[in-house]
Amino acid sequence: MDFQTIDYELIDQVATITLNRPSAYNAMTETMNKEIIKALKVATKDDSVRCIVLTGSGKAFCSGQDLGDIEKDTNHAEFLRERYHPMVRAINQTPKPIVAAINGTAAGAGMSLALAADFRLMKKGAKLVSAFMNIGLVPDSGFLYILPRLVGYAKAMEISVLGKPVSAEVAKEIGLVTELIEEKEWQEGVNQFTRKLANMPTKAFALVKKNMMSGLNQDVDVFLEYEAQAQRIAGMSNDHLEGIQAFEEKRKPRFIGK
Amino acid sequence: MSKTFIHVLVENEVGIIQLNRPKALNALNRKMVDEIVEQMEAFDADNSIRVIVLKGNERAFAAGADIEEMMEETPLTLEVLDPFAVWDRLSLIKKPTIAAVNGFALGGGFELALHCDLIIAARDAKFGFPEVKLGVLPGAGGTQFLTKAMGRRKALEWIWLGESMTAQEAEKYGVVNRVVEAELVEEEAMRLATRLAKQAPISLRLIKESVYKAEDLPIVDGKMLERKNFYLAFASEDQTEGMRAFKEKRPPTFKGE
Repeated sequence: MDFQTIDYELIDQVATITLNRPSAYNAMTETMNKEIIKALKVATKDDSVRCIVLTGSGKAFCSGQDLGDIEKDTNHAEFLRERYHPMVRAINQTPKPIVAAINGTAAGAGMSLALAADFRLMKKGAKLVSAFMNIGLVPDSGFLYILPRLVGYAKAMEISVLGKPVSAEVAKEIGLVTELIEEKEWQEGVNQFTRKLANMPTKAFALVKKNMMSGLNQDVDVFLEYEAQAQRIAGMSNDHLEGIQAFEEKRKPRFIGK
Repeated sequence: MSKTFIHVLVENEVGIIQLNRPKALNALNRKMVDEIVEQMEAFDADNSIRVIVLKGNERAFAAGADIEEMMEETPLTLEVLDPFAVWDRLSLIKKPTIAAVNGFALGGGFELALHCDLIIAARDAKFGFPEVKLGVLPGAGGTQFLTKAMGRRKALEWIWLGESMTAQEAEKYGVVNRVVEAELVEEEAMRLATRLAKQAPISLRLIKESVYKAEDLPIVDGKMLERKNFYLAFASEDQTEGMRAFKEKRPPTFKGE
């Protein structure tokens, strides 16, 4: 795959998208926004991909928007509509599990990117920083939508406004990240977690992802109907048959994601 | 049964037409429209069919009209050929018609869906009239049907911008009846069709006529037409059966007679 600002690598059914501008702490440029979308499309279409990892090369996860791209007359709304919203939508609409492996500081839009993922793993010493208010802007790219849903309103307000960096320990404590991993065990820890996800019933996961998020914005009757439809689809899947058979035969199921 | 651009099948009492030009995302050409219209009429005349379902494939219901077919046309060749006139026959179908929409329903494809009585849409279906981007406008009833469905302001906005609307938006404005998961669109359409197939066919046809007239007639005339249709229903055995079954507290069996 020919990318300038990211690396794309597929190993053991896990596609890793590595933001690759280490000298700029992986700050996002227009090309990077587009390449992330493209890589997500490739991973979505490729049947052999059953888990997607977003991570950064070098010391940082992502330092947010490259401020070099922002000019005096920049229309910030257009900027978001054109660059960030398609990226956030691509993450939300990808039916496969997306894991943000936060290897270092995730700031501003870099934190938004991590929040948009389905799971977050964090290296000890890494930090989440909502830098937006420090420069008189509001957290964007879905940040204010997703954060209160992840950690509750009060914590989300603190993180968004006070701008105090969230350490890996605190992030773990408030449920923002699934696993806190020691620096020397980082790669191994990420691999274990993502390979476990890659062996789950991927089709059922897609239904969980789609319905859980939309369920937060629906009334219960509408949601129950969608849940019934999701279960109908899952009930017809190979993985369901395999799950039942493995249970009866008292063995571990081998899910193929279909 | 197959023709050049459609597959035709019958399940129980439901007549199914599947658009079959997958390589062109089911873009409609004139022969294809002729085949659809002829098959709709054949089902309408067939006593063993009670409901008609129109569907595409996973990727597209129908992604518009065949542009190449139109590029060399002039006002006069169009006037003489009058390629949209055949669509009027779709509005004369008396049995319930259901469009099952997966993927794209754009331009002529959207118009085809709008010619059906009910529309079931996949959650990720896309509806739209991109004609404006080609310097033209919908020609097979799109401006009329969409305006009746969603009102003038919203219809103008959609047709002017030529952007596609999601199934959720289409549902919000009453353009589609139900939105379900993509994998279940056909199942849902068949579920609805099977329910309708059990209703009294004469009632369904008189209801369809009355409801459509409600969009065109002044209320006094519409009420008159409804009243005449109500009286007409009493000529059917199904009316006798329906009322007797109600009194005897058992489910009715309707024969369409």
